[in-house]
Amino acid sequence: MNTDVITELRKVNKMTVNFEEPKETLLSIRDLHVWYELRRFGFGHAGYVKAVDGVSFDLAEGETVAIVGESGCGKSSLMKTILGLNIPTSGEVIFDGVNLAALKGNLLRAYRFEVGYVQQDPYGALPPFMTIQQILEEPLIISGVKDKGERLDRIRKAMDEVKMYPADDFLQKFPHMLSGGQQQRIVIARAMILGPKMIVADEPVSMLDASVRVEILKLMKALQEQHRLSVIYITHDLSTVKYFSSRIFVMYAGNLIEKADTRRLLDNPLHPYTMALLAATSDPDARNADSYKEVPPGEPPSLVNPPKGCRFHPRCARAIAGLCDEKEPVDFEPEPEHFVACWLYQPQ
Amino acid sequence: MNTVPEKLLHIENLVLHFKTAGGSVQAVDGVDFDLDSNRAVVILGESGCGKTSLSKALLRLLPRNVDKYSGKVFLQGTDVMTLDNEEYRQNVRWVGMSLVPQAAMNSLNPVLKVGDQVAEPAMVHLGLSKAEAYVLVYKMFQHVGVPADFVERYPFELSGGMRQRVALAMALVTSPSLIVLDEPTSALDLLTQANIMNVLKRIKHELGTSFILITHDIATSSELADEVAIMYAGQIVETGDARDFFPAPLHPYSQMLMASVPRLRTDSDPMFITGQPPSLMNPPKGCRFASRCPYRFEKCSEEPPVFQKGNRKVKCWLHE
Repeated sequence: MNTDVITELRKVNKMTVNFEEPKETLLSIRDLHVWYELRRFGFGHAGYVKAVDGVSFDLAEGETVAIVGESGCGKSSLMKTILGLNIPTSGEVIFDGVNLAALKGNLLRAYRFEVGYVQQDPYGALPPFMTIQQILEEPLIISGVKDKGERLDRIRKAMDEVKMYPADDFLQKFPHMLSGGQQQRIVIARAMILGPKMIVADEPVSMLDASVRVEILKLMKALQEQHRLSVIYITHDLSTVKYFSSRIFVMYAGNLIEKADTRRLLDNPLHPYTMALLAATSDPDARNADSYKEVPPGEPPSLVNPPKGCRFHPRCARAIAGLCDEKEPVDFEPEPEHFVACWLYQPQ
Repeated sequence: MNTVPEKLLHIENLVLHFKTAGGSVQAVDGVDFDLDSNRAVVILGESGCGKTSLSKALLRLLPRNVDKYSGKVFLQGTDVMTLDNEEYRQNVRWVGMSLVPQAAMNSLNPVLKVGDQVAEPAMVHLGLSKAEAYVLVYKMFQHVGVPADFVERYPFELSGGMRQRVALAMALVTSPSLIVLDEPTSALDLLTQANIMNVLKRIKHELGTSFILITHDIATSSELADEVAIMYAGQIVETGDARDFFPAPLHPYSQMLMASVPRLRTDSDPMFITGQPPSLMNPPKGCRFASRCPYRFEKCSEEPPVFQKGNRKVKCWLHE
């Protein structure tokens, strides 16, 4: 009976996960630091919040990566810097060969046309007093599409791509008249409408119901494959990652602590924090109720004053005294293309 | 009056409709289920299926626009629906069952110390002095894993996970036999979620409390579930023991819901359910899931009764 349903559903849910060989580097992040200055009584320096503290990675054209981390690990700051909304304290964001810091005015605006942003909470991301047509038209107007007919054509096409048809039924509606899944489709359509090369999706499905969640993930996957988009998928939910991304970066307290191919990371996590995250992720199974989960003690450190050495060492059961609490670990490569910032994997 | 005295909770045909400008919204429409002591039932369903309204109906925390509120709710053998509001407040809410509302961690009073907030229900409902209540507060903080010196702190000084534990301690301090938890982990981080589930399990073992856990997070709910109830469009469509349910759900909706859960440890391809749940203003006649169901046949235009299958119940004609 159960298998019947699944075959039945397969007919409507066609999805194949095939990751093509990535090509040229689209986005390159070099030793990025994003610090926010803390001030006492509005003036007087009181330290920095080191939200992103030395992050480097490359993203190839048409590649999807997931950045996994808990709230407060700096993933939103990283995302905002990539979108050009934050100015990096130091380090570089290089998109398509151009350093973001060099872009100003119209060039920066042109960069924003190349990068789409899918927000976490669709209802919060859509202005409540604008119709769907106005919402989707705005980026076109700003990007200089003068002809009204052309704008409408492109809106219809974008609505088709996110499977909101017939488009005309929705154009005059306001966001609150749509369901959560439909709202998120509009957010995706808005991010896609200028034909970007890269999409940054910040927890795009965390506010949605289980059944809709899969639908939106599949839609995003289909769009990504069709347009060969590069996607940065930011999430805290490891169970959705493998359906979407080819690589995973695990972020903790401002650093990327483990970077690997999705399959490799899920099958063979190396960093103790990654292991803890995987252990804490439940699959629906009645046997879960029989045992307690193993969770590392404590909470993520303050980013104002992170612990010396490895930032995870106060919570880590395998910390090496005299090493982990003294020296910050560098990236080791215990197996090819699998990087981990942990002293346990120091070559002998 | 004591029809089912051995059950901790026995609900019969609970109905809660709301009056709106567009008509009556049938948020809870004929819910039946039983719960034994020291058991946890998980009520699973998508948003808008009436889960939160069910918790409000159980605790009689009703908004003003109630259109219809009826049914029988036996708590330890007493039909609490027959009590008037004052009796209900004194004898049932907090003392018999308490609620940890949705986003409880953000509903703590920002200008009161958390210790005072946790002590308050014990002082009001158990008639204890502040010193006596604080003895209970320290005990509860220990059960939920909050350091004792946190009683002096204000909510903004605590992390989300700690505030959630405080909210749980508040629900526990009057020692109710049943706690209703509405989405207790939905706004929390992964490791904090796992911690809270550990705390709930420990309370269940140590204090023998029963839980009604209302959530849409199927994977996390399995951490606590003894029994599962699936809610769809204001009705419970399937109930059963978690050990029977998770491997093989019976109702087509339950099966599709389970198939939509992304899994970390197996390589199943998750599916989504086409279509949308019906409007609760004007639910379809017959089975409410029929329009989305791949198995629908002629009979589905009539409302299915609840069929007993072993010790499981399912509201679907396929199991006639």
